[in-house]
Amino acid sequence: MATSIEPNESIDSVASPPTTWDVAWDRAFRAMTHVFSWMTILLVLYILYEIGGKAIPAVQEFGFSFITGTTWDANKGEFGVLPEIWGTLYSSLLALAIAGFFGVSIAIFLTQDFLPAYLEVVFKNIVELLAAIPSVVYGLWGIYVVIPAIRPAANWVHEHFEWIPFFKTSLSGPGMLPASLVLAIMILPTVSAISRDAISSVPHKLKEAAFGLGATRWEAIFGVIIPASATGIFGSLVLGFGRALGETMALAMLVGNSNQLTVSLFSPANTLAALLANNFPEAGKQEEQVLMYAALLLMAITLGVNIFGAAIMRRASAHMKGATK
Amino acid sequence: MRWRNSSLFVAGLTACLLFSGCSSRSSDSSGGADAADNVKLTGSGASFPFPLYDRWFKEYSRAHYGVQIDYQAKGSGAGIKDFTNGTVDFGASDAAMSDEEIAAVGAGVQLLPMTAGEVVLAYNLPGVEGLKLSREAYTGIFLGKVTNWTDPLIADANPGAKLPDEDITVVRRADSSGTTFVFTQHLSAISEAWANGPGTGKTVVWPDSDKIVASPKNDGVTATITQTPGAIGYIEYGYAKLTKLAMASLENKAGNFVMPSLESGQAALSNVEMPADLRAWLPDPPGEQAFPIVSYTWLLCYKKYEDPKQAEALKAVVKYCLTDGQKISDEMGYVPLPEDVVAKVTAALDAIQ
Repeated sequence: MATSIEPNESIDSVASPPTTWDVAWDRAFRAMTHVFSWMTILLVLYILYEIGGKAIPAVQEFGFSFITGTTWDANKGEFGVLPEIWGTLYSSLLALAIAGFFGVSIAIFLTQDFLPAYLEVVFKNIVELLAAIPSVVYGLWGIYVVIPAIRPAANWVHEHFEWIPFFKTSLSGPGMLPASLVLAIMILPTVSAISRDAISSVPHKLKEAAFGLGATRWEAIFGVIIPASATGIFGSLVLGFGRALGETMALAMLVGNSNQLTVSLFSPANTLAALLANNFPEAGKQEEQVLMYAALLLMAITLGVNIFGAAIMRRASAHMKGATK
Repeated sequence: MRWRNSSLFVAGLTACLLFSGCSSRSSDSSGGADAADNVKLTGSGASFPFPLYDRWFKEYSRAHYGVQIDYQAKGSGAGIKDFTNGTVDFGASDAAMSDEEIAAVGAGVQLLPMTAGEVVLAYNLPGVEGLKLSREAYTGIFLGKVTNWTDPLIADANPGAKLPDEDITVVRRADSSGTTFVFTQHLSAISEAWANGPGTGKTVVWPDSDKIVASPKNDGVTATITQTPGAIGYIEYGYAKLTKLAMASLENKAGNFVMPSLESGQAALSNVEMPADLRAWLPDPPGEQAFPIVSYTWLLCYKKYEDPKQAEALKAVVKYCLTDGQKISDEMGYVPLPEDVVAKVTAALDAIQ
């Protein structure tokens, strides 16, 4: 990059060798990128070390029963996070299902010439603006808009389909469904932006060839474009899922923070991140260690999802390479 | 050339950002030492009296140029923690401090009750005003035993009220909170089932129910009650007054149904003797017109400050709060301190140096 732009003094000779300054700058820049990449890795390790170090007493004391326990009683020193782990995964998967469907649809809509180019830019920016809204605002919006909006429908469903476990309880206010809906909107920009990039990076020739073979627009999209960009779309889903797992404030406000294990969409539940947000500021010494343990679990879950996702992506892309080239 | 310049610019910007943090901080502290009048007090703690404290400190700073007071409503427990660690100049707590907590502070602790507040039961039942709840009814509701608004325990005390055949949604605090402490302390005092069950604490284990939901902070609970038909929850009086939520009148120790108000709060305070360490609890205050759930809220000060100017400034602020400040307590939804308590707190200021 640095060598491609000529220094002033040698502007007349186009193909002069790089000056010492260019070389030095090139090296310095490379060194800098190395330093910053390693700093990121070290930072992650340092966070792990800090949290892990503080969690050790709790890990020793509670061990595996912490993961299978279902009570959280700071006064009696009894801690278990199974309902929170369940709630974290449940709400995130639900949000991912919703945001995945809409996010990929938006990405297709914005890249496949459904709109004039200038409108595509406008729409894209509007969707990405969603990422700029603070979490607390989403929480308040959830309380004041989403919950009242879905309450009648939810209670109708509950009355008529009570026998389905998902609808076993009525929706009184905060609960799993409103939390997941808001969560879905929060991760929508991540999913749609990255899917959009993936889809628009599919070579144009590929689509033209599909049309050339007589494919319709939709056949081209679902038969060629989507499979060719599957790796990228899957990557967007993994990132979105990671973000959903760790989302805190909006969930603390909407999920109901109730320590129970339930599959009902309308029941209040809890998540690990909300548990941390609510209890950390006032935690005593023992509770702090326990919360660090919970934080460690949350990190492990997020890390696990990312590794799992990366592994699948690798296999999928190995399979896909023939198609794109 | 352009590339080189812009990268230098970026590097310069990064350097600026990296160092500006340090330099601004150092200039802050030196500024405090240079200017004779500039005193900065930082505090953190209870969210329960925050609206009042915020107003007091703002008005004091406006009237006294050079005195700057920052108060963060982090919650009582966090306030005690910050105060013990010495990261703030004063703390605030609705649960005072326990003997153990006091012993952990090397510089000594002076607790100062600054105001009192009522914890009210706010509800959302369109068309129902002046709901009356007997002791049995409201402990039953929070124990998850009284689950419908038409329950005879509620209906019998409210003849003529159009109570809906609806589930009761209980809204509680999700975070550890002084308001919860005050509320559960009262419930433990009046109900054996509560004392043996959830008990007293800044967080307690609530009964398992789909109809008990939790929200963070006083404003979270307030918002959730406002948006949930059939909901009831406990919040500080000021928050309910500000948002015009309906409040239930509660049965007190004397058996009367009492609405939360300035008078009923004062009636509760007037019957309680303030001990020498200024830690008085009112789990179930006596008195015909006393509102049953009332608590003092405390400012936590060190007995000895390194900077005498800070101690002086803090004492002046507290004096202002105890005199002129008490006059605005009522409009903000708090109960002014009784005269004799003000006198005791003023006298206690001498212990701060």
